[in-house]
Amino acid sequence: MTADSARLTALAVSAPANLADDVLVEVGLADRIAPLPSAIGTLWVAWNGRGVAGVDLGDDGVAIAAEHAARTGRRTHVRDALPSGLASAVARRLAGDRRAQVRLDLRGRTPFEVAVWEKALEIPFGEVRPYGWVAVEIGRPRAVRAVGTALGHNPVPLLVPCHRVVRADGLIGNYSLGGPHNKRAILASEGLDPGALEDAARRGERLVGSDTTHVVCWPTCRHARRVSQRHRVTFRTLREADALGYRPCRACRPTAADAA
Amino acid sequence: MDDQALAQALARDLDAAFEPLVRAHADRCYAIALRVLGDPHDAEEAAQDALVRAYRALASYEAARIRELRLRPWLATIVVNVCRNRSRRGRPAALALDGLSGGAEPAAPSRDGPAAMAQAADDRERLAAALATLPERYRVPVVLRHIDDLSYSELAEVLGRPEGTLKAQVHRGLALLRAAAAEAGLEEVTA
Repeated sequence: MTADSARLTALAVSAPANLADDVLVEVGLADRIAPLPSAIGTLWVAWNGRGVAGVDLGDDGVAIAAEHAARTGRRTHVRDALPSGLASAVARRLAGDRRAQVRLDLRGRTPFEVAVWEKALEIPFGEVRPYGWVAVEIGRPRAVRAVGTALGHNPVPLLVPCHRVVRADGLIGNYSLGGPHNKRAILASEGLDPGALEDAARRGERLVGSDTTHVVCWPTCRHARRVSQRHRVTFRTLREADALGYRPCRACRPTAADAA
Repeated sequence: MDDQALAQALARDLDAAFEPLVRAHADRCYAIALRVLGDPHDAEEAAQDALVRAYRALASYEAARIRELRLRPWLATIVVNVCRNRSRRGRPAALALDGLSGGAEPAAPSRDGPAAMAQAADDRERLAAALATLPERYRVPVVLRHIDDLSYSELAEVLGRPEGTLKAQVHRGLALLRAAAAEAGLEEVTA
């Protein structure tokens, strides 16, 4: 009996070295980070079992991992590649496929920040909205500046498309992921012409309407882009459109705050 | 940190104390899963699944309930249940008997050295294979009692059977194991 027990004890082997870390990552107490090639350079995507927790741009994965760890307070292991399912979901998402599900891990952020990011998620691929629109939509019309700050702190740029939020005067504005140059490149990759958008805004063409439907939109709204040149009218402000009997588009919901 | 202190820490701050829990118990969770399921890959998945379930359960428990937990049998219960569910999904629970045959005749054992270590590893594999042939109702109590070293009162908690029944099952399991081991050329185990 004793001999049996002694021998059986020898069957109490150690777990594979990665088991504990796999568990901690799965429950969201540690993260992994891996590179993903993109049009604007190497993206570093950090994730755990709860979702993607960080996206950053750069060549030094170790430094980016250290920053991510400092920001989240979670140990962050560098890996060679994302799990294939996650890599393809992120790639599809970046290409504008809204059916690709990518869960996000935004723990530890303020309800205001999360509200701003969720609103940015509603802006369709290839369209832009002003900061003030986000502020109005989340019920904080006076918090335009805070909206800009929250977007600047977006931990998952590209997945939360803060690049689709632009300045009220039509200028493309700043961008946390490598500066404004990248913001323009990403918008261009979504089929927009940032220069033309800025030119139109400078000419005072802040809103676009159709003289047949009498609906007024943000210029990049899919409904505005369908209006033929012959029926296309532009406005400087929502009030101006309203005075001429135009009603705001239900899809893009142009706001007075930024049209003013 | 002993398990009682660990339970207190988990009740206070689950996210801070969960890593020490995992580090302290990952090996035994894996060992139980390996000896119940027989396959290292299945065992790794089962142990991971069990510890993730443990985290989610703890996250849903009141602090008072966590403080009262006996962590060793509690975790073993989760591992055993995960293993059972995996077996029910149609995977063979254990290696087939042919894992025991076909081995070369054991070389004359010396006391240490590479040959002796290889022999020991080989014996361990044969013993594991013999264990894997036991019916689940004997194998699981034997694994918990003699590999994980749980007490009979802890076994009763894990398996929900009376201690007397479990003692009989462990006894019967060891007898079956001796027979299987003898068949596999491990006569010395029955000493």
